[in-house]
Amino acid sequence: MPTIAIARIELLIARRNMWVFTSLILMGLFSSVLTLAGGAPTGTLGIDPLLIATTSITTLSVYLIPLIGLLLSFDAIAGEAERGTLALSLTYPLSRGEILLGKFLAHLIVLGFAVAVGLALTAGLTIWKYGSADLNYLPLLKLFATSLALGAAFLGIGYLISALAKQTGVASGIVIIVWLICVVLYDLGLLGALVADGGGTFTKTIFPWLLVANPADAFRLINMPTDTVSTLATGLGAAGQASGFGPQLASLLLWPILALSLAWAAFRRVEP
Amino acid sequence: MTVLGIENVSKSYGDVHSVRDVSLNLGEGERVALLGHNGAGKTTLMRMVLGLTPLTSGKISVLGMPPGSRKARTAIGFLPESVAFHGALTGREQLHHFARLKGVKRSVADDLLERVGLTHAMNRKIRTYSKGMRQRIGLAQALLGQPRLALLDEPTSGLDPISRHEFYDIVDDLSKGGTAVLLSSHALTELESRTDRIAIMSKGHLLANDSLSALREAARLPIQVSVKATPETADDVAAKLGGTRVNGASVSLEVQQEGKVSLLGQITGLGELVKDIDVTPASLEELYRHYSVPKQEGK
Ligand SMILES: Nc1ncnc2c1ncn2[C@@H]1O[C@H](COP(=O)(O)OP(=O)(O)OP(=O)(O)O)[C@@H](O)[C@H]1O
Ligand SMILES: [Mg+2]
Repeated sequence: MPTIAIARIELLIARRNMWVFTSLILMGLFSSVLTLAGGAPTGTLGIDPLLIATTSITTLSVYLIPLIGLLLSFDAIAGEAERGTLALSLTYPLSRGEILLGKFLAHLIVLGFAVAVGLALTAGLTIWKYGSADLNYLPLLKLFATSLALGAAFLGIGYLISALAKQTGVASGIVIIVWLICVVLYDLGLLGALVADGGGTFTKTIFPWLLVANPADAFRLINMPTDTVSTLATGLGAAGQASGFGPQLASLLLWPILALSLAWAAFRRVEP
Repeated sequence: MTVLGIENVSKSYGDVHSVRDVSLNLGEGERVALLGHNGAGKTTLMRMVLGLTPLTSGKISVLGMPPGSRKARTAIGFLPESVAFHGALTGREQLHHFARLKGVKRSVADDLLERVGLTHAMNRKIRTYSKGMRQRIGLAQALLGQPRLALLDEPTSGLDPISRHEFYDIVDDLSKGGTAVLLSSHALTELESRTDRIAIMSKGHLLANDSLSALREAARLPIQVSVKATPETADDVAAKLGGTRVNGASVSLEVQQEGKVSLLGQITGLGELVKDIDVTPASLEELYRHYSVPKQEGK
């Protein structure tokens, strides 16, 4: 199984490169801090403390998960092409699809592991603080599953950039720009349009769809309880939820497939 | 049986004609050295055989299969001219990875590490390897799974003289096992007795493709004969043999193969006048220069 062999060596490299360690520290640290700091005042109001924790972790994950996904993937094709290992690998009896899939599996495992450890810490700390009675674990599981989907989407985008850029240096620059656009500039642009529109047709019809079309926003919407203050804190208001759960889920599921397919198509055209 | 068949193959990158109308065949167990100046098209030719780059025109078959097909790739072992393995892996991990890709047992990979003399360093990170040690990892992976065709691009670059010798022993073993070996090299002297055929490329053209002795015969490069006399007799000897005096006491002559024996007879006929004789056939270096200067340039 070439795919498994690729995944295995990539996992080994990720471990040696401290990628596993770095993403673990990032996710673990932030999850713990947010759980401990965020839950305290509201916990007494009778809202599920786990829901409070996942809400603040969601806000952070919107930035962190795409970043980790892109950092894990930008070197995958361009780096190997530069080092000459891609040409050598392609003289072995395996297809480019198998190489891409193997790398994807490995990187998704690294990302999933980091998120899982972070969320496990969140659950543990919440139980330690408030006891295990009447905690609803569903938001936690939803956060985990959607984090994987979000991570997968940005892994795919990273491979696509890596295949198109052909040089690691160029690829690393582009992923940072793409990250900025997806998690910051896109929302700012929409916010500007909202303000300019002043609650007109754009706000009611086009805006919800534009918002959900961005996987990072779809991730945020799907994990934010509709009626919490936190939704308003994102600055995009309740209008964002107008698209509903279905399109949000569809966005999170389609993006990984789309990004990986495009990455594969671009990879097939790379001459090592 | 033909292991590698290259028929009228050309390759252009835009208006750079890297390979022009090259035809070359390799049979089982044949060892062929591909020579040529920098940019002659050796690497490009190998990349086409591997299916890494498409042909502009012509046809290549590896055991009857198109280049780049899964079966063709299973049958080939390839050593690239420059490859940087991931420094974070140990030599053993890297080779085991390639063994998995080729569906070869890991114990075979360990044996190959021994064969290329890396056992002592196999558990160290490749980052800490010397150039020659990296080259050996590359060689070891090319040998995995007993390939039917070995493509070795400058395999001895970075190897010390003893390692080069050991490398050609490995090539001999491959060839005895029926593997066809195509290797490119810039180090000519080491090829003398170690290859069955020499193919010379220049500016994309294949200018020669034959055994060393046949190339020697066809080139008709003169044999150098040096006769040692004394400072007093050197002029006399030079006059009698028709050579030129060099270094005060020696006479230098050039002769074709068919005139060699009679010239030697003539020299021995001079008796006491001659102190020593040196006979040097055209070196591979001269032969290479003879063939690699394109005829159309009139040199
Ligand atoms: N990807 C490419 N794009 C454009 N030109 C190329 C490409 N690859 C090779 N060439 C050109 O093809 C020619 C042959 O190159 P090649 O690498 O085959 O030479 P070589 O015989 O292996 O030389 P060397 O002994 O230096 O390794 C060169 O002129 C080179 O510039
Ligand atoms: Mg070359």
